[in-house]
Amino acid sequence: MNAHSDHANNISFAIVGSGGAGAMTAGAILLEAAGKSGWYGLLNRSVGPQIRGGEAAALVRLSTKPASCMSKQFDILVAIDWKNADRFINAMPVASGGLVICDPAAGDPPKAVLEADCTIVQCPIGELAKSLPGGRENMISVGLVTQLVGLSLERVMEVVATKLGSKGEAAIENGRACIEAGIQAAAGFGHAISMAPPAEKTCDRWLITGNEAVGLGALRGGIRFAAAYPITPATEVLEYLAPALASVGGALVQAEDELASINMIIGASFGGRPSITATSGPGLSLMMESLGLAAASETPIVVVDVMRVGPSTGIATKSEQSDLNIAVYGFHGDADHVVVAPLGVADCLFTAQWAVHIAETLQSPVILLSDQSIGQARVLIDKPAEVSFLTRRKPFEKADEPYKRYAVTADGVSPMSIPGQNGGQYTADGLTHTERGAPSSARHDQRIQLEKRRTKIEGFDYGDHWGVAEGDDGSDTVILTWGSLTGAAREAIDALAAEGISARLVSLRQILPVPLKALEGALAGAKRVLFVEQSFSGQFYRHIRAHIDLPYEVRSLNREGPYIIGPDEIATQIREWKAQ
Amino acid sequence: MNAPCFKASDYKSDINPIWCPGCGDFHVLMSITKALAKLGRPPEQIAVISGIGCSSRIPAYTNCYGFHGVHGRSLAVAAGLKVARPDLTVLAMSGDGDGFSIGGNHFLHACRRNVDMTYIVMDNRVYGMTKGQPSPTTEPDWDSALSPGGTGLSPFHPLVIALASGANFVAREFSGDIKACTETIVQAINHPGFSFVEILSPCVTFRPDEREWKNQVHLASVPETDDPARAARRIMTDDGMNTGILYRGRRKPYFASVSDEEGDISALEAAFEI
Repeated sequence: MNAHSDHANNISFAIVGSGGAGAMTAGAILLEAAGKSGWYGLLNRSVGPQIRGGEAAALVRLSTKPASCMSKQFDILVAIDWKNADRFINAMPVASGGLVICDPAAGDPPKAVLEADCTIVQCPIGELAKSLPGGRENMISVGLVTQLVGLSLERVMEVVATKLGSKGEAAIENGRACIEAGIQAAAGFGHAISMAPPAEKTCDRWLITGNEAVGLGALRGGIRFAAAYPITPATEVLEYLAPALASVGGALVQAEDELASINMIIGASFGGRPSITATSGPGLSLMMESLGLAAASETPIVVVDVMRVGPSTGIATKSEQSDLNIAVYGFHGDADHVVVAPLGVADCLFTAQWAVHIAETLQSPVILLSDQSIGQARVLIDKPAEVSFLTRRKPFEKADEPYKRYAVTADGVSPMSIPGQNGGQYTADGLTHTERGAPSSARHDQRIQLEKRRTKIEGFDYGDHWGVAEGDDGSDTVILTWGSLTGAAREAIDALAAEGISARLVSLRQILPVPLKALEGALAGAKRVLFVEQSFSGQFYRHIRAHIDLPYEVRSLNREGPYIIGPDEIATQIREWKAQ
Repeated sequence: MNAPCFKASDYKSDINPIWCPGCGDFHVLMSITKALAKLGRPPEQIAVISGIGCSSRIPAYTNCYGFHGVHGRSLAVAAGLKVARPDLTVLAMSGDGDGFSIGGNHFLHACRRNVDMTYIVMDNRVYGMTKGQPSPTTEPDWDSALSPGGTGLSPFHPLVIALASGANFVAREFSGDIKACTETIVQAINHPGFSFVEILSPCVTFRPDEREWKNQVHLASVPETDDPARAARRIMTDDGMNTGILYRGRRKPYFASVSDEEGDISALEAAFEI
């Protein structure tokens, strides 16, 4: 995109301020107003660990087309202040020809900004705010961006009215005065980068975060119980579910730790209610033993892991895809189970619903690997289609012979009774057991039950949901990725296509069991395969390599967090590779 | 129509316990099945939840719904089940290692949470399944291979902890007194909220000295109370061998409204429209 073009199809802006300055609120207002005007876009946050006084930036990209990842560079940067900005300013480079607006009272911009090829405009944001009753610097910033990108005041005020509605009419009017002051100030910059008009709206738009979408997808799938222990960046899944579950006759219990939360959902699911919990890496580590219990006792549960930078506490507020190994291989013993990953924010809805379907149908734990980059991103999307699965546990029916809870069946799935059903009594057990559920240390029982559980997991028809294969069918170059990086890879392929370089995308939603046939089919005809993943050690590459032959030239673009791999980097790799 | 009548044997399964001959847990199993027969709830409406250890083998020996989970987490499984299915009678079973060591944190929070269920801990002051190591309730000078000469640590006081953490019903019994155990379990199940019953249940294999317990236990000399301060004083000063119901509180049990209706999520979806 060109910062000086009159009408851009993409504009990225960042609002920077120390935690508590309201940068995130400003970004959220602008994104929603853009959505109401017909544009697409997304908002992510760059925050430090401190709740107040730390660094915070709202990163927003507006687009005429659905956008699934942030831009590499920013066309506009509004700095409410520069406190701690040196800690994170390198993560938001200003585009060549971009515009930086800062308050002279806040001191000099950081070196990275001063050295960038951009226009720096001084604007007394703080003074403007002080001069107005109830004035707030973040609302002045809303006005600045409103003017610069060509949003209408009316749309912005619609959003402000809803957000500040509870604070009364005066608060809304104060907000309006600030926004108008910002608009007026920006009108004097003589520098505008307005958005190209939006495409015609063909369906309703939603504004949703990945974490909310996971929660809603789970409810669509039939989840009616959750247990919760707060952890960044998964807490919003749980905070969304608390009132949402209550509104549909379900319940959420706050647990004392992750050991309790996973065991609570195991208990609730044993009682017949589809159940979920959400956590991040440290919590998943604590849950591993009980995930094995769910596998052995064949108790359906869904565990959402919104991945963050690890190991240990790592960087709690930043994204990584480095929990693949623990999700897939973290169980002791041979514990067949399922791992899935949403292919972006919008897909969190589908993948969560699908995860519930698989868990309930297969009476198995399913781990859903989301991550901070999609979990906490707020995105404008077309209203998602209704999806319905015929989800139900294979029911217990009373018969004359004693009930066999773990009966061997053709598909490996045994009828499951629910407490209260007469004649269906059994003890669910993590001990190796007979078909009736009685504890056993016999060799044949161990073998029979392992085989039964493998049959149900590997024999299941996962349909077309294993992942996506997109782009030029004839291309011999494949970008192979998974989960949240799908959007970046897709944009890279589009950018390459515009240059006449062909590549195609294969991205996995189904991580375990590895969809062998589908993956080999999707890779047929490839000569070069570029693995793309947000992991220092290349966990995804090693996982795939352990399962299928890779008779291709293989390269890997893999990196730890916190900097997210973007479309430009992926495109550069392909471009250079193809030029060799 | 007469309500169906149940016998203790209706609550027993056909699986033979792995317990050593003379283990106190046989008596606890007997007391539980007798108590359930007294209550007269059909076995399929009762769930028995446990963790790991000798005592935690108990669910499979009943004819109720059972869950034999991982070490220390029976209370969490039981709480999830009871909140999700308030219609069921939920019993959580544990031992002193499972309940007070690895599961200690859940014990505190289960008392606080006050979900309407009954927690029975078979306390034999030793890890039996791993062949004789000191547990949180073991005397400090009890010699073992793992802690030669004793741990030197003060024993954990389950009843005090339960009371301080907010349990709504606190009792101690001796496994050998089946009649008293049965009656106390009935009372515990009937009392709303989180009921805690410690049952002194001798391990004759690794703690043969506990055979003497039958001569050492004695009925509490004072009646039960609903005053936590009085109960605390009493429990703090007893000799650990007092039996009977010591505290019966009046706290409101944990409540979550759950429904079997499918629930309409269209309003939740509409909230995301802009």
